[in-house]
Amino acid sequence: MTPPRVVVVGAGPAGVRAAQALVEAGVRPIVIDEGRRDGGQIYRRQPDGFTRTHAMLYGSEAAKAQALHEGFDTLREHVDYRPETLAWNVTPGQLHTVHASSGETATLDFDALIVCAGATDRLMPVPGWNQAGCYSLGAAQIALKAQACAIGSRVVFMGSGPLLYLVAAQYVKAGAKVEAVLDTAPALPTFAALRGLLNRPRLLLRGLALKAMLRLTGVKLLNAITPLRIEGTPEGGVAEVAIHDARGAERAFACDAVGLGWHLRAETQLADLARCEFAFEPLSRQWLPRIDADGRSSTPGVYLAGDGARLLGADGAEAAGRLAALAALHDLNHARGRTLFAAERMSLQRTLATMNGFREGLAQAFPWPHAHAAALPNDAVVCRCEAVTAGELRRSVLEFGSQEVNRAKAFSRVGMGRCQGRYCGHAAAEIVAAAASIPVEQIGRLRSQAPVKPLLMSTQEHE
Amino acid sequence: MSDTTQQRSDVLIVGGGLMGTTTALFLRRHHGLSVTLLERELIGRQASGTNFGNVRRQGRDLAQIPLANRARAVWSRVNELLGEDLEFVPYGHLRVCYTEAQTAKLEQHVRDVQPLGLELQMFSAEALRRRWGIFSDEVVAGSLSPLDGHANPRLAGPAFGRAAQRAGAHIHEHSEVAHIERVGAEFVAHTVDGRQYRAPQLLVTTGAWSARFAQDFGEPVPLDARGPQMGVTEPLPYAIGPSIGVSTPIETEGLYFRQIARGNIVFGGGLKGPAFADAMRAYVKPDNTLRQLRELRRFVPAFANVQLIRVWSGIEGYTDDWVPVMGPSARVPGLHYAFGFNGEGFAISPGVGEVMAELIATGRTSTPIDAFSIGRFAPAEQDQPITT
Repeated sequence: MTPPRVVVVGAGPAGVRAAQALVEAGVRPIVIDEGRRDGGQIYRRQPDGFTRTHAMLYGSEAAKAQALHEGFDTLREHVDYRPETLAWNVTPGQLHTVHASSGETATLDFDALIVCAGATDRLMPVPGWNQAGCYSLGAAQIALKAQACAIGSRVVFMGSGPLLYLVAAQYVKAGAKVEAVLDTAPALPTFAALRGLLNRPRLLLRGLALKAMLRLTGVKLLNAITPLRIEGTPEGGVAEVAIHDARGAERAFACDAVGLGWHLRAETQLADLARCEFAFEPLSRQWLPRIDADGRSSTPGVYLAGDGARLLGADGAEAAGRLAALAALHDLNHARGRTLFAAERMSLQRTLATMNGFREGLAQAFPWPHAHAAALPNDAVVCRCEAVTAGELRRSVLEFGSQEVNRAKAFSRVGMGRCQGRYCGHAAAEIVAAAASIPVEQIGRLRSQAPVKPLLMSTQEHE
Repeated sequence: MSDTTQQRSDVLIVGGGLMGTTTALFLRRHHGLSVTLLERELIGRQASGTNFGNVRRQGRDLAQIPLANRARAVWSRVNELLGEDLEFVPYGHLRVCYTEAQTAKLEQHVRDVQPLGLELQMFSAEALRRRWGIFSDEVVAGSLSPLDGHANPRLAGPAFGRAAQRAGAHIHEHSEVAHIERVGAEFVAHTVDGRQYRAPQLLVTTGAWSARFAQDFGEPVPLDARGPQMGVTEPLPYAIGPSIGVSTPIETEGLYFRQIARGNIVFGGGLKGPAFADAMRAYVKPDNTLRQLRELRRFVPAFANVQLIRVWSGIEGYTDDWVPVMGPSARVPGLHYAFGFNGEGFAISPGVGEVMAELIATGRTSTPIDAFSIGRFAPAEQDQPITT
């Protein structure tokens, strides 16, 4: 029997654990990684020549990061690892890749494709967010993790979600001045949220400890805020963040950089290009690919794991990656894979169920503030790539009759730029839905188009 | 059936692409007939909305030049006609080539279209370089159609649809027609959700989906669905006015591009991609995209460092003789067709609308369209018109 051809996209927690499971079963997978090194975003490895320890880089998660890195190091001879490689398109049975620096392309035939594409920051437009000095929370963290740089010397973090407090705490530890942490979520989680969060009590406590530490070091923590605008100048970039506090009073915080983020959004373009079905996830108000409890998508041979499928965090991603890989081998009738799948399936599913309970708690404790998006002033830029304002989006509904988000895209260009709506799409959908008086789950989902990320024209054909 | 589900008008148009919406508009504006248009999904979404946006007359089959001229006259006043900006720019269409043999063909075309009222200008390689300065040394000659240009197809179909609606046409989206029957002197279109629309005159203009209706009326047409392979780059400083294409007999060398005011380069050409009319999906093949990138670099070397940000496709109808089907039915009185425009319908669409409206309203047209008759596909024994 010829060995199955399995391709894993991503080398973060899900991708590495998927690859490891495949190797254990005696399969040599191809691992496609956009990064220079394995680890993904959360356990991003520092560039050569940097000498910070795991404890300095990853704090409380150092042991997990180290285990993942060392785990992948031992796999290296047993996998076809292709770093700095973008999976730019997928067609039935074939993945299309391009190497970043050489521009060389490849077409990889697969029997199973395990997509572990991860997540990015979920961004909410704020008037003035298109000025120099505005970063996503993830970018602020990567600057620190990868390059030991801060995004500014006096930073405001605004948004919601665990990353908001984690990044702020990491900045404080690194010696940066954090002016304020502005959270759109209420200070106290609802009972339903708490019940979810109690699925992982230690993580909940760690979150509370982060907040306490920030407070002790003099960082202003505000909850239930409403973002008003980010002030600044073309020459100097951002200068101030204005908000309404919980009582509705306007307040301003001077700064030279802003980190924004409202938890995470799944990177789903490859799943979309693989023609996977999607479903609207009401708690987080985003479209996610349908998967079964093992990670099978609706497209035979395509498996989805990690934050690109369900936002379970790094620990959940490790379990999901392993389970999806074993499910793939099971489906391919691979003997050793079937044995491992049978032995581990229930335990891995239980882990994922716990993680999912926590995910639901997080989604409720740090809700996506969709009403802010729907209420953005007409002159606020929503799509930064194409400079489309909230007013132009509303016009596509009210004057041109868009009742569907891809129609609004066709008329307004929202989501047609470099990021293809990955950063503005969620807010745009809320604006279109509100203008059309249609529930957001009924206005459709922005369709992905290749390339997954921009492709240089110098990209070479292959034989 | 209650009265509310039986709607009657002078003309029934099945298909809400550019040909249907332009015809609806001119039937209202020029002829005052009542019009109902049924669109299975959304106006202008497939071939009409996903094509390149060329407003090009040169390079067409000579039989299409009078129609293209008529369309070009509408393009000149399209913003006033619609009250909306379709981003039409008359900055020319340039057609270049790589070989002396092809240069001879371009020169012949210049001579052929001149008596038809289309003035082209030949450019040597040196003249091209002086004027535009972007082409590689492989480009040996070109011909410019100075009054042609390009427009935005995403906006055009819906804008014509809205204008037709403002002029009094009844436009129904999400109204898929299951079948059409002839009852007495009328056509009755039945939608899949059970509505009925009646009219003595019918225009079938459902693009790649048209063959089924034509077949039902005893007029089979060999029609294929294919997808244009389109792409767009990140924005660059705005510098290229005309729409530009390569003229070549080698299909894989085919390429065209234009720069929009925002600065992005929109391109397409070469091999077509797979399109599935029943599933309403068309795809861009990755190897087609990579070949287009190669041909773009070969054509304009400076493009090598530009980034492609998006590709797309749509569903276009292609006849097996590459000639459109346009005009009255050869068998059924009151029935008309406009489909199978083979990936080059956008430029001529307002001309098709004017001509079809004229034909439906008056029974004749001043623009020659005999070459496009559906009768050319009729089997010999079926050549008799039906008289009912």
